Amino acid sequence: MTMDTNKKLAVFIASAIVLAVLPFVVGNTLGNSWVRTIDFALLYVMLALGLNIVVGFAGLLDLGFIAFYAVGAYTFALLGSPHFDIHLPFYISIPLGAGLAAMFGLLLGTPVLKLKGDYLAIVTLGFGEIIRIFMNNLNAPVNITNGPQGINLIDPIQIGGLSLGKAVEVFGFTLNPVHLYYYVFLFLTVMVVIMVYRLQHSRIGRAWVAMREDSIAAAAMGLNIRNIKLLAFALGALSGGVAGGLFSTFQGFISPESFGLLESIMILAMVVLGGMGHIPGVILGAVVLTIAPEILRDVIGPLQMKAFGKMLVDPENARMLLFGAAMVIMMLVRPEGMWPSKRRAAEFKDAKKG
Amino acid sequence: MDIFLQQILNGLVLGSIYALIALGYTMVYGIMGLINFAHGEVVMFGAMVTITVVTTLMNAGVGLPGPMLVLIGLLVAIPACMLLGYTIERVAYRPLRNAPKLAPLITAIGLSIVLQQVAILIWGRNYIPFPAILDHETIEIFGATITKLQLGIVALCLLLMVGLLVVVEKTKLGRAMRATSQNPAVASLMGVNVNTIISATFVMGSALGAIAGVMVATNYDQAHYYMGFMIGLKAFTAAVLGGIGNLGGAVAGGILLGIIESLGAGYIGDLTGGFLGSHYQDIFAFAVLIVVLIFRPSGLLGEKMADRA
Repeated sequence: MTMDTNKKLAVFIASAIVLAVLPFVVGNTLGNSWVRTIDFALLYVMLALGLNIVVGFAGLLDLGFIAFYAVGAYTFALLGSPHFDIHLPFYISIPLGAGLAAMFGLLLGTPVLKLKGDYLAIVTLGFGEIIRIFMNNLNAPVNITNGPQGINLIDPIQIGGLSLGKAVEVFGFTLNPVHLYYYVFLFLTVMVVIMVYRLQHSRIGRAWVAMREDSIAAAAMGLNIRNIKLLAFALGALSGGVAGGLFSTFQGFISPESFGLLESIMILAMVVLGGMGHIPGVILGAVVLTIAPEILRDVIGPLQMKAFGKMLVDPENARMLLFGAAMVIMMLVRPEGMWPSKRRAAEFKDAKKG
Repeated sequence: MDIFLQQILNGLVLGSIYALIALGYTMVYGIMGLINFAHGEVVMFGAMVTITVVTTLMNAGVGLPGPMLVLIGLLVAIPACMLLGYTIERVAYRPLRNAPKLAPLITAIGLSIVLQQVAILIWGRNYIPFPAILDHETIEIFGATITKLQLGIVALCLLLMVGLLVVVEKTKLGRAMRATSQNPAVASLMGVNVNTIISATFVMGSALGAIAGVMVATNYDQAHYYMGFMIGLKAFTAAVLGGIGNLGGAVAGGILLGIIESLGAGYIGDLTGGFLGSHYQDIFAFAVLIVVLIFRPSGLLGEKMADRA
């Protein structure tokens, strides 16, 4: 037992150190644009974990998850930009955005309680599109969202007197905004990870699994299906809302374009490719799907130049082509995801035999 | 009044195209229980191939009348799309037939991305105009106008839908399809080759999709590598609205969606006192869908399924 605990502690400390120095190592070797990519990977980890609550734990297929990200992002942007000239501090607007996103989760969840499977999928998809269309068009007659132009000059996070939007010097190290945001994102990602872990092994988490496996039997056991379904939508939306607020302040600019159906689908792909319902798998999926396209971006152009001496295929085109093909191939090779939970892997083995 | 009629007519044209595409979704869903997300791309390829063939023929100086050129284009596009549909099923769906439902969904999305990128490689990122070879002569009906071309689109859609219904209800192939959709295992015990039937379903749906793609391109005078996305989404919405897996439902849902959309776009400005404009058109499809599904959770014509353990 003690061995095991020691081992766990060692792994914990090692990963903490790795995560703490990661932005500097990456920034110094590969450049700061890669630190930015890592920041985005953390945002997507939060989003994927949020969606995983709905899809992985509760088994409700949600194709409009990006709507909650949008709600969080727009809440932050409207409360912290010259657009309305309101400048609320982040510790008010991020929780507010998260709360509002959770409310939208309930708003979506209530009418669709009775729907199953693909009917649920298409309604959530429609909900996501409706939110996006509103963001796109609420600039007239009263300008709320500034329409397709989006909202610019969103405030950076301010902690005490420190603005994360400017580089600071600490003991001779230069900390760029990408580094500073990394730590904020990392902190909140760890919070979300802890939340979902605690949820998974709680009474609620077991209730979700019971409902996913057989909702009638679960109801017969005395579970209130309505409440746990709504809770899944609301808690999933909550972490989407947090990620949205962070995206907004990190980017400094948002527009409805960032919240299309394709984004929802990408997040779903992260969950499924990583290993649905399995937290480490979902984290892996989010990281891989964020970083892989960036690696392809850096590799494809030079590789073509070397191999053929000229650009045969537009690199952007080739990148997406390979990305799509990789999604197909990965799913064909490992339909259970890259890193499934033991339980799911076992289910797959059974299904294959039978 | 004539605005009302005009919007109904516009909606009918749009709706019958939706219906044609929705049939492709609903057939596949009825048999395999999966959303063929790549179907929109088949529609797009149908339009693109036809435009390419027509333009090539025109550049070669072939002096045929416009409708003939389009017909030749279709005769190339339909087999091409059938092949594409067949390939999609073989590559992305067949290996995952026993996997959980989300796995084929992801392969379908991956394949969609690939097909769009292939379309960019072949045809580029810009809008491609449909050559002006079809006349847009208009007819007046009670003060509303419709082009002969649009009338032809509606007529052809109806013809194809009836044809499909006849195939599904009256032929041996159709009976095998219905059997497979009810229970593939038992159907195969009765001597139905389930793989062939599934391939046939994809091929038929793709042929309809190709035709619908050409209709979209002629109706809007252009095609684009991304056109399959929105039209596919709407058509899928139509299929769900009608009750997915139900052929009649897809037709009803498609036409209803088309009419609601164009009525909504025509009247929303007046109804809300100018607060919401016609650019909210896309909202109607989804709003109606949500409302309908709240009251009828399995679509307008879908069978009510009993809950089972």
